[in-house]
Amino acid sequence: MVSILLFCGFIAAWHLATRGSGEVAKMSPEYAALMGATATQGKSAMPGPFDVGAKLWEHIQRPFYDNGPNDKGLGIQLGYSIARVMIGYLLAVAVAIPLGFLIGMSPLMNKALDPFIQVLKPISPLAWMPLALYTIKDSSLSAIFVIFICSVWPMLLNTSFGVASVRKEWINVARTLEVGTVRRAFTVILPAAAPTILTGMRISIGIAWLVIVAAEMLVGGTGIGYFVWNEWNNLSITNVIIAILTIGIVGMLLDQVLARFTRMVTFPE
Amino acid sequence: MTNDKFISVEAIAKRYPAAGGGQTTIFENLWLSLPRGEFGCVIGHSGCGKTTVLNILAGLDQPTEGAVIVDGQAIEGTSLDRAVIFQSHALLPWRTVMGNVAYAVSSKWRGWDKAKVRAHVQRFIDLVGLTGSENKRPSELSGGMKQRVGIARALSITPKIMLMDEPFSALDALTRGSLQDEVRRICLETGQTTFMITHDVDEAMYLADKIYLMTNGPGAVIAEIVENPLPKDRARIDLHRHPYYYGLRNHIVDFLVTRSKTFTSSNPNHDPLHVPIVRPGIDDASVVPLQANAR
Ligand SMILES: Nc1ncnc2c1ncn2[C@@H]1O[C@H](COP(=O)(O)OP(=O)(O)OP(=O)(O)O)[C@@H](O)[C@H]1O
Ligand SMILES: [Mg+2]
Repeated sequence: MVSILLFCGFIAAWHLATRGSGEVAKMSPEYAALMGATATQGKSAMPGPFDVGAKLWEHIQRPFYDNGPNDKGLGIQLGYSIARVMIGYLLAVAVAIPLGFLIGMSPLMNKALDPFIQVLKPISPLAWMPLALYTIKDSSLSAIFVIFICSVWPMLLNTSFGVASVRKEWINVARTLEVGTVRRAFTVILPAAAPTILTGMRISIGIAWLVIVAAEMLVGGTGIGYFVWNEWNNLSITNVIIAILTIGIVGMLLDQVLARFTRMVTFPE
Repeated sequence: MTNDKFISVEAIAKRYPAAGGGQTTIFENLWLSLPRGEFGCVIGHSGCGKTTVLNILAGLDQPTEGAVIVDGQAIEGTSLDRAVIFQSHALLPWRTVMGNVAYAVSSKWRGWDKAKVRAHVQRFIDLVGLTGSENKRPSELSGGMKQRVGIARALSITPKIMLMDEPFSALDALTRGSLQDEVRRICLETGQTTFMITHDVDEAMYLADKIYLMTNGPGAVIAEIVENPLPKDRARIDLHRHPYYYGLRNHIVDFLVTRSKTFTSSNPNHDPLHVPIVRPGIDDASVVPLQANAR
């Protein structure tokens, strides 16, 4: 309820701020036509909420058109970004969770791998970009690699932490029942550590979604990040705002999906 | 192999590194034995090392020195032959009551199909009086009910030895009583060898054949082995009517209240390999005056 009121207030403020207050310069009609409404009618360069709404409606009606490399529908661009995030993210899941189990279950591996993780973890994922571009020589794959590298760490750390801090008495139950290591990992450690692991996965998807926009601005070609940059070059602030909005909504949805999974595996003590 | 020493704890010690750099000896040179089919009970103050002894017997913990021999074989690690009922029930919270017991059953009999496991599990859930709560999760159970699931889980794998760490201490008196009855009935019927830790003198007197009195730590020792003089067919209700009841009870309480603190200093010649066996009320004359002093 309060959210809705706040939203209406925000829209109203935005509308008032962009309604047009600038000085109207006197000029010949031909020149005025060249300058556009910004200069001639005192209209703000910032689009108002109704401009954005109208444009958004256009995009929603036609999300998948493709008029060549510089003019693709918002849906297509989003699709590229989501696909990249998913591939990089799933690769990271496939690597981080087994590795996290190994680290969490074996103190030796923990000690051996810890220095590498400590050094690699704080590197900004975008710093890998030139190296990735040089070695992989494909912009799309490089973006996927960057997604992979940025989502791996939170999952790896949370998995190994979750696995290492499984309650000792539960492990003891499995030990007294002579449950083998593999079965123990699946029947005791996995369910016990699942909430922590999924929390790591939720952090990772958030980071991946943040990074994909920046990565696509760098590599160009396709994707929502490229769309933002391209529309900025076209000086279409309306489209930039729409893209920002879409990025936020998709990010929220991704987070919600993971949050739901986390709730599913959380057990009351 | 003698049936006399079905469980034989031989000269075990447990030390932990102390804060100052040295070592704390929880106990050392501890000997203990229990014949097949008997019920042994360790009683002692909190922190003397009872859980540690039990964990070593279970194979969950290794002694710093010494060995444990069960059925003629030195134990190595844990085994399905030795079921543990934990002090903190230790149920898996993401599994139901049925799931927790079934986990144990299907760990012991890997080949059993679902229906067979369920039927077997149901028998033990019924046995501990949890019929109707099969699909509840541990978080929905009371403390007593959780502990009963733990008991059902341990019994369900029909172990050679049952190891219990204060299994009833969290229960209300009524439930505790009926579970004691149940445990005693099962142990007598199946000839179950059982090793239990308790704080409760009456519980020890009702259930145990042998009661091991442990002194306070650090450096705890088994001071005496009390052989229960009460008849094998004793009933919980009229335990206190037995002529030996007060002699036995006073002997144990007196040990816990006073002698457990001073035993080591007042008995410098205590031989841990030949711990005195006492039968208060039957042949131990020293108990008679104690009985007279009884509070
Ligand atoms: N990992 C450890 N490191 C150092 N000391 C320990 C460790 N585990 C146990 N101890 C010490 O060993 C002693 C015996 O512990 P234990 O749990 O066996 O006691 P307990 O007799 O079972 O007590 P309670 O009746 O309260 O359950 C305690 O004094 C405890 O402080
Ligand atoms: Mg204990």
